[in-house]
Amino acid sequence: MWTIVRKDLAIELRTGEMASSMFLLALLIIIVFAFTLEPERLMAPEFLAGLSWTTLLVAGTLALNRSFVLEREAGGLTGLALVPIDRGSIYLGKAIGNFLLLLVAGFVLLPLIAILLGTRGLSPTWLLPGVIVLGVAGIAVIGTLCAAIASRTRAREVLLPILMFPLLAPLLIAATRTTAGALVGESASDLQSWLLMLGGFDIVFATAGWLSFDFLLDE
Amino acid sequence: MSESRRTWQDVILPWSTFVSMLAAIVMVFLLAPSERDQGIVQRIFYFHVNLAWMAFGGFALVAGTSIWFLRTGSRRADRLAHANAEVGMLFTTLVLVTGPIWARPIWGVWWTWDPRLTMTVVLWAIYAAYLMLRRLGGEDDTILRYAAVLGIVGSLDIPLLILAVRLWRGVHPAVMLSDDPDAGLKDPLMGWTLLVSGIALALLFTWLVSLRARLLAVDETVAAMHLEGARS
Amino acid sequence: MKGLYYLAAAYTAVWIAIFGYVMSIGRRARKLERELEELRK
Repeated sequence: MWTIVRKDLAIELRTGEMASSMFLLALLIIIVFAFTLEPERLMAPEFLAGLSWTTLLVAGTLALNRSFVLEREAGGLTGLALVPIDRGSIYLGKAIGNFLLLLVAGFVLLPLIAILLGTRGLSPTWLLPGVIVLGVAGIAVIGTLCAAIASRTRAREVLLPILMFPLLAPLLIAATRTTAGALVGESASDLQSWLLMLGGFDIVFATAGWLSFDFLLDE
Repeated sequence: MSESRRTWQDVILPWSTFVSMLAAIVMVFLLAPSERDQGIVQRIFYFHVNLAWMAFGGFALVAGTSIWFLRTGSRRADRLAHANAEVGMLFTTLVLVTGPIWARPIWGVWWTWDPRLTMTVVLWAIYAAYLMLRRLGGEDDTILRYAAVLGIVGSLDIPLLILAVRLWRGVHPAVMLSDDPDAGLKDPLMGWTLLVSGIALALLFTWLVSLRARLLAVDETVAAMHLEGARS
Repeated sequence: MKGLYYLAAAYTAVWIAIFGYVMSIGRRARKLERELEELRK
C-alpha cells in the first residue's frame, strides 16, 4: 500500500503538474465567483466555508480524474492486479495519495479565499484544521472509489463528477457547516453531531471502498 | 421461466395492480373527505407520500439485488437491479413533480430547501448516477459489477444523507404543519386512502419492474444471438 | 377552485409518466420481438 502512495507522490513531486493545474483552476473559479456574485455580499464566514469546499471539490475532481487513468493507459492496473497484494490496499494507497494532495490544496485554498473575499468576523479555532482533514478525507475516499468506477468507461471525465457529487452531499453539508462553525469560534461540543457525522462518513466509505475493490479490479 | 412465475407476472401482478390502482383513485377522488385547511389540493398527498416511500425503498431494492448479483453472479439479479433503478428514478421524478405542484398553492412557493425535498433531490441524483454509469459503461460485462458496487455504496449514503439534511435544516415548524401527514389526518378514511394508495403504488412499482426486467432479458438474448451470428 | 387545477395537474403528470413508461417498454419489446424473429430465420 505504501509503495503505491510513495509512487504517486513521487510522480506528483517530480512534475508538479497536477498541483499547479488544480491551483490555477481553483483560482479561476474564485475569480468567476467574484464576478458573478457580489463580493461585498460574500464577507460572511459561511460564504468562506461554502466557497472553499466548492472550489476544493471542483479542483479536486481534476486530481481524482487522473488517479487511475495513467495506470489504465500504461496497462499498469493489470500489473497491479496480478501482484499478490490485497486489492483493498490498492484502494487505500490511491486514496491516501489523493487525500494528501487534496489536504495540501485545502490548506492553501482556505486562507487564500479568506483574503480574496475579505471575510469578516473570523475567530478560527484549533478545530479548523481537524475539520479540513475530516472533510478532505471524505472527498478522497469517495472520489477514489468513483474514479476507479468511472475509469472503466469511455466518458470517464464526465462520469466522475456525476458519480461523486451526489454521494458527497452529506459530507459537503457537514463539512461546510462545521468549517463555518470552526471559523467563528464554535466549540467542539457545539459541533459534536456534525463532527461525528464527518467521522462516520469517512469510516463507512473507507471501509466500503476497501471491501469493494475486490470486485472492481478483475480484468 | 417456471409456470408459476409466468402466472404471477402475466396475470396476478398486472390485474392486482389495475384493481388496486382503480380502488386508490376512487378513494382519493371520491371517498376521502376534503381536508379542512388545504381543501381539494391536499389529495395530491396520497400519491405524493407513497411515491416518496417507493422512491427511497426502490434504492434499497437496488442495493439488495446488487448484493445478490455480486455474491452469485446471477444475471437475473443484475437485471432486477437495473429495472429497480429505472422505476425508482421514475417514481423519484414524480415525487419532485407532484411535490412542487402541491406546495405552490399551500406554501406559496414552488420550492424550498427543506429536509424532505432536499434529500429527494439528492436521491434523484444518485439514481441518475447509477443509470448514467449503466448507460455510459459500454457493452462490457464487468460494468455490471461496477454498477452493483455503486448501487450498494449509494444505499449506504442515503441514511447519512437523511441525517445530514435533517441536522442542516432542523425541523421547520411551517413545514411540519402542512407537510406532516399525521397533523391533518383527522378522518380515519384518510388513513385508509393513504394505505390503499400505498398498496396500489407498491404493486405498480413491482409490475413496472417486472416489465422492465423482462425487456432487459429479451435484450440480452438478442445481443447474445448477434454475437453468435457474428462469430459463425 | 384553483386547487382543482393543481390537483388535476399532479395526477395528470403521474398518469402521463406511468403510461409513457409502459408504452416505451412496449414499443421496445415489439421491436426486439421483430429482431428476434429475423435472427431466428
